Amino acid sequence: MTEPKSSARADRFAITLPLALFIVLALMPLLAHYLPGERYVIGLFARVMIFAIAAISLDLILGYGGLVSFGHAAFLGLGAYAVGITAAHGITDVTVVLPVALAAAALFALATGAIAMRTRGVYFIMITLAFGQMAYYTATSLSQYGGDDGLRLAARSTVLGLPVLADSRGFYFAVLAALVVVYLLCRMIVASRFGRVLRAARENPVRTETMGYNVHAFRLTAYVISGCICAIAGFLLANQNSFVSPAYMSWQRSGELIVMVILGGMGSLHGAVLGSLVYLLLEELLSGFTEHWKVIFGPLLVLVVLFARGGLMGLFGGGRRG
Amino acid sequence: MSTTLFIVQTLNGLQLGVLLFLIAAGLTLVFGVMDFINLAHGVQYMLGAYLAVTFYGLTGNFGYALVLALIAALLIGLLVEVLVFRHLYERDHLDQVLATFGVILFVNEGVKIVWGAAPRNLPIPDFFSGSLRLIDGLNYPIWRLCIIASGLLVAAGLWFVVTKTRIGMRIRAGATNAAMVSALGVDVRRLFTVVFGFGAMLAGFAGVMVAPILSVEPGMGDSVLILAFVVIVIGGIGSIRGAFLGALLVGLVDTLGRSFATDLFRLFLDTSAARQVGPAVASMLIYLLMALVLLLKPAGLFPAKGR
Amino acid sequence: MAEPILRLESLRKNFGGLRVTDDVSLEIQPGEVHAIIGPNGAGKTTLLNEISGLVPVDAGHIRFEGTDITGTPAHHRARLGIARSFQITSIIPGFSVQENVTLAVQARSGSSFRFLWPAASERRLEEAAEDALEQVGLSVRARQPAGTLSHGEKRSLELAITLALQPKLLLLDEPMAGTGRGEGERLIETLRTLKGRFTFLLVEHDMRAVFALADRITVLVYGRVIAAGTPDEIRANAEVRNAYLGEEAA
Repeated sequence: MTEPKSSARADRFAITLPLALFIVLALMPLLAHYLPGERYVIGLFARVMIFAIAAISLDLILGYGGLVSFGHAAFLGLGAYAVGITAAHGITDVTVVLPVALAAAALFALATGAIAMRTRGVYFIMITLAFGQMAYYTATSLSQYGGDDGLRLAARSTVLGLPVLADSRGFYFAVLAALVVVYLLCRMIVASRFGRVLRAARENPVRTETMGYNVHAFRLTAYVISGCICAIAGFLLANQNSFVSPAYMSWQRSGELIVMVILGGMGSLHGAVLGSLVYLLLEELLSGFTEHWKVIFGPLLVLVVLFARGGLMGLFGGGRRG
Repeated sequence: MSTTLFIVQTLNGLQLGVLLFLIAAGLTLVFGVMDFINLAHGVQYMLGAYLAVTFYGLTGNFGYALVLALIAALLIGLLVEVLVFRHLYERDHLDQVLATFGVILFVNEGVKIVWGAAPRNLPIPDFFSGSLRLIDGLNYPIWRLCIIASGLLVAAGLWFVVTKTRIGMRIRAGATNAAMVSALGVDVRRLFTVVFGFGAMLAGFAGVMVAPILSVEPGMGDSVLILAFVVIVIGGIGSIRGAFLGALLVGLVDTLGRSFATDLFRLFLDTSAARQVGPAVASMLIYLLMALVLLLKPAGLFPAKGR
Repeated sequence: MAEPILRLESLRKNFGGLRVTDDVSLEIQPGEVHAIIGPNGAGKTTLLNEISGLVPVDAGHIRFEGTDITGTPAHHRARLGIARSFQITSIIPGFSVQENVTLAVQARSGSSFRFLWPAASERRLEEAAEDALEQVGLSVRARQPAGTLSHGEKRSLELAITLALQPKLLLLDEPMAGTGRGEGERLIETLRTLKGRFTFLLVEHDMRAVFALADRITVLVYGRVIAAGTPDEIRANAEVRNAYLGEEAA
């Protein structure tokens, strides 16, 4: 009764890889000190971490739940607009803004999830896309909050009245803390009773249902949790850019999130972090060479799909593919 | 709201519908027969337009440009099929979404390199330029009528091929149950290639026809692609009939909605509120329509697959 | 006579123009092993789907322990005590053999809306799962991915899952299908030892198993019940012989 080899390797990776990633990220501000454009590098990695949070939230329902949401960027937008709209009314403290963002995301997820989950397969993909588009167009019509052009924020959110996030390092570590918390939270969820049912329902929903589990309720709950976490990323994104725009919710953005999750290797959580790191850094690197970096990136993506099953985690032998 | 405006917008809606049908037909067949989500279908449409621009530049004749562009579009489509898509039929939808997303990035950027990022144009062929007087006070551009007519002709031709010919029967069978068709000895590989090539040509044709009236620019296929997906979801995947009716429905709802939503809202709300809500709801109309259809008929209006 | 554990009252179901379930009525007593036999296409699996709640009926009623469950969703029926196995074995291939059963045990052990405690650390669930695996003889495969099991082993796993659900009524859809000689004999023995502890509704083609286990048999042809009774009565029934048994009748 020996453990299959790949599973032992996978377990080792499940701890060492994320640990390594977080250590590198924690040391990044120090490393950046020795690089030209220190603030730029810190900003870049903060952005990587923000998208890592969004990607983790998507991996939860996509990699573990089997739900391909093509409208996940809507939650990014909801979090961002929570910051923008409350700021326009003079409210800037995280203790108010963040709960607003979470509440908005939860409501949106409940309403759209309840409808979307009556469909499956490609229809689910399409209807989540539709809801994403609806959110996008609603945002463009909010002319008092910038409409198409977006909204500038005067300053970053305060924490209990203190401008902790105003300084780029302070912001960086706040984002890192959020990423670690989100990662650990999702790890626990996946390993919990709830996670077990979700994973089972991904592979065989009928069997799970006939065991007595209301699969629909489990999936909807996962969707709400995922949306709320993604809204946190949106909150941070708005703060980082001091800017809110409907573009945060474009379908291309939703597509990018899916790419990050798959690139890293879905169904592993740390794959999502890796995917967002590689995607954004590659984008940064390639756009330094040529403005037409997508001409290289596109085929790269195709090659990854054709030859690197399981994404980057699959290459390391540490992912779950199936 | 004048009758003239209404008629004009209805015709515009038909034109959009017909265009969407040309694109959606290929998409729904490829999806139905090969179970392949092809996000890159939109760039096929865009390529048709760009190729028409180039060949017109070379020949000075729209007719030649049309034929050459169609052939080139077909060849490019087949090339991509052999290089990339063929290897994805066995993979799950997620992989297909990702790979075709990559193709979109590549082609959208590629056209920028080859043709430049600035929008291009094509003049309307002289014979079809100008407007036709339909009724008193109503003039409608002849070219747009051409688009409607050619789209309906193609639809009729497709209907004939699909319902009356052997290959059409195989396609319909494949859309219902590809594995069975293969087990019956039909060369599915060849069938797939035929279906794919055909779909690519239809999309390219739509691009060529639209080039004289829209600006040809990178990314023009993206918004159309989303609409096309909405069409096939509403119409039912794998069904040409569904694509046709779905396309007309979406074309009409979108066009008429955008024209008259603000006016409609002015009936209940004050002008400034109506002007805010109107355009937003207008953009969302087709998605609301899709959500409604899926709520009532989760597999679309005319799903090809039984049960 | 005790209240029947399951009562089907004039069930009807159409698929398009096809009448798949045609005025089917039957009663099953607690502790009984009831077999449903009939030619292919008779609607036997559909009947099981209707009882377990995966397919809604067009007309008629289903009563479980006296309660009308005709409109109750599938997962709720499972919680009430109706467990089933499938014609094409239905398990969670990516989970280990043991985790498949643990999942079933978990379903009967309180709420699964628990998000933070690691499920793998719940010893009680694992012990119950180990017991069920022991009963079907799969303990040696406990840690293997369920997808790697042989066909017969998967069938046994499915049985372990259904047992772990502490059901009152087990719906088994052709449990013997695809099993080899030895596996088949073992399965019949396992089912024989479980007789009396549960009520079984068995859809089966393998007459050996049917006549070895069944207390009563219902014969379904084209969605209609053409005969019902004890094995001897069915064996002797001329109509049944014509429609189905033919020369096979032991």
